[in-house]
Amino acid sequence: MKAINRRRLQSAAVIIGFFLLWELICVVFHVKEIVLPRPSQILTTLWLQAPAIWPHTVQTLYTTLVGFGLGILTGVFLGVLIGSSRLAYDVGYPLLIGFSSIPKVAVVPIFVLWFGAGTVPAVLTAMIMSMFPIVVNVATGLATTEPELEDVMKALRATKLDILTNVGLPRAMPYFFASLKVSVTLAFVGTVIAETVASNRGIGNLMMIASSSFDVPLVFAGLLVLAVLGVGLYAIFSVIEGRVIGWAKRKDDFALG
Amino acid sequence: MTGENDPFVQLQQVTLTYGQGEKTVAALGETNLKIGKGDFVALVGPSGCGKSTILKLVTGLITASSGWVFVAGREVGAEPVRVGMAFQNPTMLPWLSIRDNVMLPLKIVPPFRQQFRAKRKTEFRDRADALLKQVGLAGFGDKFPWQLSGGMLQRASLCRALIHDPQLLMLDEPFGALDQFTREELWAIMQDLWMTRRPTVLLVTHDLKEAGYLANRVCVMRARPGRIVEDCHVDLPRPRTIEMTYEPGFVSLTQRLRELIVSARAPDAAKTEVPA
Ligand SMILES: Nc1ncnc2c1ncn2[C@@H]1O[C@H](COP(=O)(O)OP(=O)(O)O)[C@@H](O)[C@H]1O
Ligand SMILES: [Mg+2]
Repeated sequence: MKAINRRRLQSAAVIIGFFLLWELICVVFHVKEIVLPRPSQILTTLWLQAPAIWPHTVQTLYTTLVGFGLGILTGVFLGVLIGSSRLAYDVGYPLLIGFSSIPKVAVVPIFVLWFGAGTVPAVLTAMIMSMFPIVVNVATGLATTEPELEDVMKALRATKLDILTNVGLPRAMPYFFASLKVSVTLAFVGTVIAETVASNRGIGNLMMIASSSFDVPLVFAGLLVLAVLGVGLYAIFSVIEGRVIGWAKRKDDFALG
Repeated sequence: MTGENDPFVQLQQVTLTYGQGEKTVAALGETNLKIGKGDFVALVGPSGCGKSTILKLVTGLITASSGWVFVAGREVGAEPVRVGMAFQNPTMLPWLSIRDNVMLPLKIVPPFRQQFRAKRKTEFRDRADALLKQVGLAGFGDKFPWQLSGGMLQRASLCRALIHDPQLLMLDEPFGALDQFTREELWAIMQDLWMTRRPTVLLVTHDLKEAGYLANRVCVMRARPGRIVEDCHVDLPRPRTIEMTYEPGFVSLTQRLRELIVSARAPDAAKTEVPA
């Protein structure tokens, strides 16, 4: 317990130290606000402009969570399909790799073309960005079932569905939850990209407008909001992961990725 | 010789080739085997000689390339025979308690399957606990697999193989990874279980003492292509004890098996010195 507390203290000290150093460097070298605002200026801006920033924050969070939710649904569906069927694996996997190597920012204009600027393209971008780690992890979890265990089940004349629900899915759970915390961060990136390119709301859009009017402290205030949201979502899903699949932590044979 | 007239398991001119095209492996040459109902047969032989392949054929996990596999008088797969399996690796599901692991077959196999929801907390639970007690795991039902040693997991794995009262029990080197003392203890437990429940057992092992202690018949196999070259009956009274394994009759049996396997491993030498 003591060691954990000390580690927390250390990391808190490093973070606070980072901002103090930043502040100090800006003061000592007279760095202009328009190049790099001081942390204190950013906080002041955040505080003063909070009423204007807040709706954008809500919008970004909303878009991210909706996109992430859709990403989970499609990701699990595709993951189960690819992980449990040889044919789907052979066809789906190369397709998946191809898709995931496309820079997602490139698809935003297509979504705008189809659905117009606004929330929909942002939700879809968040969805496709968060989907891939889920698909890959769920499929891997399903595909790595021990062959002997599968033999035991088949000898019992278990149906494919029996094997999936009793062995495959529980086994894929640690992989699934490990992918969630990565995915939620990606959903967030997707939302902000789409907002920056094609939306009139959200933190991404706020930052675009702020930077075009050279309101650099506001740009950084937006960044700070994004950082807090991102870390918060990551933390929430880490905690959920720990709660739900405590059993997997006891064993070392689950390579989480 | 109960096996001859009314066999429960019968392999008739079975061959098995793995793979297709150029990369084929003839795992099993023409093989004939009859096992009577309630018999206990051990398969021994050098590794890669097709022992596991025979097990998989009998359980219907793979289909013979030619020939026929009959179980309970019908072609394998046609008749719903209850099968239990245990391997060298206990493969317990880490997210389930030991008791729930043991009860897994009841969740899958009819007629238990239909009653599983209703009896899971009562009759089936007691059944699992009774079996766990029989293998020396009383009170461990609520523990999780990572809390148990390898030997204990193997005991639980035997329980899982037996919980649904299988007519056919397939054991693929289940004691292979255990220390000598645990192994001998489990032989005694296995013998007890077999004598009280009387499933038809096919045991793969490379421990000749184990084969002689447990089985009524020991089939010696040879590799490339795999086939059964000798079928020895073990005429020792039951229940057998570890002490019996030091008696001259038993020792000469294991020595004979050993010679057969050694000669099977060196096919050229075998021609000149196969014992009668
Ligand atoms: N799935 C498989 N594909 C190809 N060859 C296999 C497969 N399973 C087993 N073999 C080959 O068949 C032969 C017999 O295997 P097996 O029955 O597992 O041997 P044993 O259990 O006696 O050690 C071996 O030569 C092995 O390499
Ligand atoms: Mg084998």
